[in-house]
Amino acid sequence: MSTRVQLDIFEGPLDLLLHLIKKNEVSITDIPIATITEQYLATLDLMQTLNLDVAGEFLVMAATLVHIKSRMLLPAAEDEDDEEEGVDPREELIRRLLEYQRFKDAAHQLEQRELLTRDVFARCAARPEEVCPSVFHEVSVFELVGALQRVLERLPKESVHEITLDKITVREKMTLLLDALRGSGKVLFDSLFGEAKTRMEVVVTFLAMLELVKVRALRIFQDEPSGPIVIEALAGMDQASEGLAAEETKEEPHGT
Amino acid sequence: MEREDVKSVLESLLFVADGPLTLQRCAEVLEGVSKDEIRSVLDQMQGELESQRRGVRLVEVAGGYQLRTAKLNADWVKKFLGGRPARMSRATLETLAIIAYRQPITRAEIEAIRGVDVDGVINTLIERRLIRPVGRKDVPGRPFLYATTPEFLQLFNLKDLTHLPTLKEMEEIALPEDAGEAVPLDPTETER
Repeated sequence: MSTRVQLDIFEGPLDLLLHLIKKNEVSITDIPIATITEQYLATLDLMQTLNLDVAGEFLVMAATLVHIKSRMLLPAAEDEDDEEEGVDPREELIRRLLEYQRFKDAAHQLEQRELLTRDVFARCAARPEEVCPSVFHEVSVFELVGALQRVLERLPKESVHEITLDKITVREKMTLLLDALRGSGKVLFDSLFGEAKTRMEVVVTFLAMLELVKVRALRIFQDEPSGPIVIEALAGMDQASEGLAAEETKEEPHGT
Repeated sequence: MEREDVKSVLESLLFVADGPLTLQRCAEVLEGVSKDEIRSVLDQMQGELESQRRGVRLVEVAGGYQLRTAKLNADWVKKFLGGRPARMSRATLETLAIIAYRQPITRAEIEAIRGVDVDGVINTLIERRLIRPVGRKDVPGRPFLYATTPEFLQLFNLKDLTHLPTLKEMEEIALPEDAGEAVPLDPTETER
């Protein structure tokens, strides 16, 4: 049995299994579990050797396969009462494979259609993909934290011990941030913190920004690696501000 | 209003419309002309553009009518517009297919079918406005339910969701490509 594996980019464990089934020219409904398990594990080994990130799902499937394999090696159940005709241990896996294959086929069919901006074009909906200028570089969490660090370092060093009741809430900051974005559509990350005087205020502003990213009211990106970080309004913005306005009327206390 | 005039007006409306034009909208503009007549004129126009092999075609998409370039000319149009062709990854396409056929659907339900995490893909699809959250499922955690948007219909040239290609039946998929090889399920068979 050859265990030479050709590495494609697999979408997931089911995808890998379907690939192996096809390669071995066997039927989904009658998988030779021993062979397929062996090849599946060999592929995982290879992925690990190549330092590819083997996601947890692949390992779960490996365990499932080994489990099915061991169940199939057991002699047919002695208590025949509850196993009429003997339930195939592969049944659940087969069902999942068929279901997944079904949607793979559907995806393929969709792709064959006359796609707007690939096969056909309409007047205004010109180039939805190219409307976005150049290629954005996603800002990593580390860069974002680094930028926060720089803002915090800029704060006045002398710490006067004056105890003031802090009145800034995350929600207020969210509203302010949305207002700023409504004006121009874009703001620079650094400019957000121009007004901030205390560490707490910086942190609250940062949290407000993350909250808004979470609800997809804005996105954060750079035009070039280590360029200025830009915050841009997204479609979810109006919804977010309506939500905020609605919450505000409830006057629910919110910690800073 | 003469049929030829109706046709002429409709052509102008289609030209300026920035999205699929509904019969309703046409009827609002063309007061006194029935929707049936508008539909008949549009169907005629569609046939003529087709038979004369014109560079624009009239398609029924996302609940309306829209002028689109002929597929034959795709390469020329692309050359003119420049830019990279929009490509969709397999992960995106598969996830979109699952949502399209099973909407409204939660993340967890999609993940159960694909066998992998779909968070990133879902976000991409929302950003491209191809899907949107339409509510929450009444189960613990109240997860979001996702459905496709009119933009999805436009992208895939679909009149409405009932025009999605038919999903194959499970039995159809189960059939091996070279029939005859199929053996009945026998757990002991394959392991020897």
